Amino acid sequence: MVAEYLLGNVAIAKGLLEGGVGLVAGYPGTPSSEIIEAVVDLKGDHPLHVEWSVNEKVAMEVAIGASWTGARAAVTMKHVGLNVAADPFMTLAYLGVGAGLVVISADDPFCHSSQNEQDSRRYALFASLPCLDPADPQEAREMTIFGFELSESFDLPVLLRPTTRVSHARADVEAGLHQPAVGDRGFVKNHARRVALPVHARPLHTKLIEKQRSVEEALENTPWNRLRLRGEHGVIASGIAGLYVEEAIQYLDLDLSLLRVGTYPPPRRLIGRLLDHVEKVLVVEELDPVLQEVVERTAFRNRAQVEVLGKEDFIPLEGELDFLTVRNAIARMEGLSVKPALPIEAARILPPRPPVLCPGCSHRGTYYAMKKAFGKHAIYPSDIGCYTMAVNMGTVDSCLCMGASIGVGSGIRFGGEAGPICCSLGDSTFLHGGMTGLLNAAYNNAHMTVTIMDNSTTAMTGHQPHPGTGITAAGVETVTAPLEDLARALGAGMVETVDPYNLEEAIEGFKRARDFPGLSVVIARQSCVILSRKSKVKRREFRVGEDCVGCRLCVEFGCPAIEFEGERARINALCAGCGVCAQICPSSAIVEVRG
Amino acid sequence: MRASECDIVIVGVGGQGVILLSDVIGRAAVKAGKPVRGAETHGMAQRGGSVINHTRIGCSLGPMVAPGSADVLLALEPAEGLRFGHFIAPWGTALVNLRPVLPATVTAGGAVYPPVEEILNHLGRRCRDLRAIDASGVAGQAGTVQAMNVVMLGALSRFIPLQESFLMEALKEVIAPRHWEANQKAFGLGKAEVE
Repeated sequence: MVAEYLLGNVAIAKGLLEGGVGLVAGYPGTPSSEIIEAVVDLKGDHPLHVEWSVNEKVAMEVAIGASWTGARAAVTMKHVGLNVAADPFMTLAYLGVGAGLVVISADDPFCHSSQNEQDSRRYALFASLPCLDPADPQEAREMTIFGFELSESFDLPVLLRPTTRVSHARADVEAGLHQPAVGDRGFVKNHARRVALPVHARPLHTKLIEKQRSVEEALENTPWNRLRLRGEHGVIASGIAGLYVEEAIQYLDLDLSLLRVGTYPPPRRLIGRLLDHVEKVLVVEELDPVLQEVVERTAFRNRAQVEVLGKEDFIPLEGELDFLTVRNAIARMEGLSVKPALPIEAARILPPRPPVLCPGCSHRGTYYAMKKAFGKHAIYPSDIGCYTMAVNMGTVDSCLCMGASIGVGSGIRFGGEAGPICCSLGDSTFLHGGMTGLLNAAYNNAHMTVTIMDNSTTAMTGHQPHPGTGITAAGVETVTAPLEDLARALGAGMVETVDPYNLEEAIEGFKRARDFPGLSVVIARQSCVILSRKSKVKRREFRVGEDCVGCRLCVEFGCPAIEFEGERARINALCAGCGVCAQICPSSAIVEVRG
Repeated sequence: MRASECDIVIVGVGGQGVILLSDVIGRAAVKAGKPVRGAETHGMAQRGGSVINHTRIGCSLGPMVAPGSADVLLALEPAEGLRFGHFIAPWGTALVNLRPVLPATVTAGGAVYPPVEEILNHLGRRCRDLRAIDASGVAGQAGTVQAMNVVMLGALSRFIPLQESFLMEALKEVIAPRHWEANQKAFGLGKAEVE
């Protein structure tokens, strides 16, 4: 095998293909999105179905159907996506699989690109399912292949839980040959194992409980659980935390016993052996004390005379771990001096550089027009997507989960808010989780406006297609879901489509929606500016003329292409040519350069 | 005992080509037969925000460089160099592109971008060796301002334990053929800046 420098998510994709996967479904979400993209890139001629599903729940169901039909299947999502897919996930644990099924839920400790940092290992525990916690891209690849085998051995889906520092890490990875999808295909009827009636569910739950011990035993001897008995102090670490511990032990040159854990349910026999050997043990894991709770319970059951250190006192419950945090926790256990991180105080002089909407992003025009029509006292429930970055524009008052803007907006209305309410969410988010909310708002007669900011892509996660784009994950043309028809069919009393690059038209559209006595929908449609640039849409050029009076209105609009120099605005090289600033300027000083 | 032969932190602004550089270094390390680890910024932060990538040559453990231990800090933008300056080791080298990219917080008028001299002074106190390079200007001489990151790669090549031939081979794999000549030139000019 030849090593390649691979992204963790690409290594997982290789693992899927090496494992003979027959179907991969998922919904984009950082840090998981590249898995499906890499499967599409790497699959070659393998007859394999890959899809971006409408949301994680549907993706999970599609993967389950394929598994029941004899195809090895995988489903990918970010950690919060597993909340959406939790319903099929929990009951699937009872019903079991056909061919191997690997559920990949990528966690994001520190919320690098997420609204929370929930720990997917808890879901595996919750559902009584095995979970694999890779430390690096190589392990992620190997665990993916193993996941299919484990799934088939125990008739259970397997959860693979990479974190941001595995999915978005790169390493020299050795991978093997892709295997054609295997197995006899065809759905076999078996009501006792496929129909979750209470009469079937009760014995299936008993069976699931009975499997736990043998799953734990089968996992114990996998290469990802490693026990090293040395000194009378020890460390137990899970997944990537094991790498930080290894480095800290090397760096501090200590003679510690170490158990690295990569599988759940954790290997209690190995934990017991370590506990028998040491007087003191530090448990190191990111986020929740999932492993620590098992260690403490094992110590209690075995009546081990051992002090268990870990969460709260030594290891934080939140954020991601790193070498320094782990080094210092081990140093404290060993009575050695702690090495502080030394920030550069002078870095305070730096201007902040938060991520912002791109120059020429249509969301900026949409929000500007929305605020002009609804006013600054209106309530603006918003959603998950690039537009959340426009929180400074005053039109993002809430962001909770995919599609929540509409449900939350309805609740704000029925909860007693009397003023205007204008929700906003993107096209992909609407199709993912907004349609049910819109139907509910119509059914229950919520008087408000819902704005679908349609840039015809899933922009935030890297421009994946969705049902509104008419293209599949594999790049094949398909039906296009028309948002206007959908909104009407779901019960919107009025549907307006506006172009956010045409402010006057957009403001008028928003005003009509505002004045409509019921549920109105505005579709603000303009292609994502990144895609327009890539597809070489001819851009217009603008400059600031002599009439600029330095009122700064255009600067406050927040486009990175507009700077303020001396007493006047200036348009810099970042300009995408959307022309919205020219419509805002009260002095008509921003003019198009005519070639 | 350290767990890595050479720790590199590459910082800049989303869109400047930080990921491409760490990819090239990682590929070159694999060609040299050395274990290598990297950690990247993807997702939300890429939209014009601060970006940091870690690359560890000769390392088989975690992908992130610890604060205070980077052998080289490669900053494609001066303010980002100082923002992540705490990663550099006292024995380390800082290579800094002199050309600022003003954040929206500055262009919109609220915040102030400090003088580049001041940024360099603060960084210089944290490391053994500081090299300021007009990489954007040099890239212009090479024929394309876009190759600024490759100018910086050329400079970096003098400070990391990888043969230039491996770096060039890796670079060629990720650059479109029509841009190869300009990038090759950019690499050479960058190297000359620190010789």
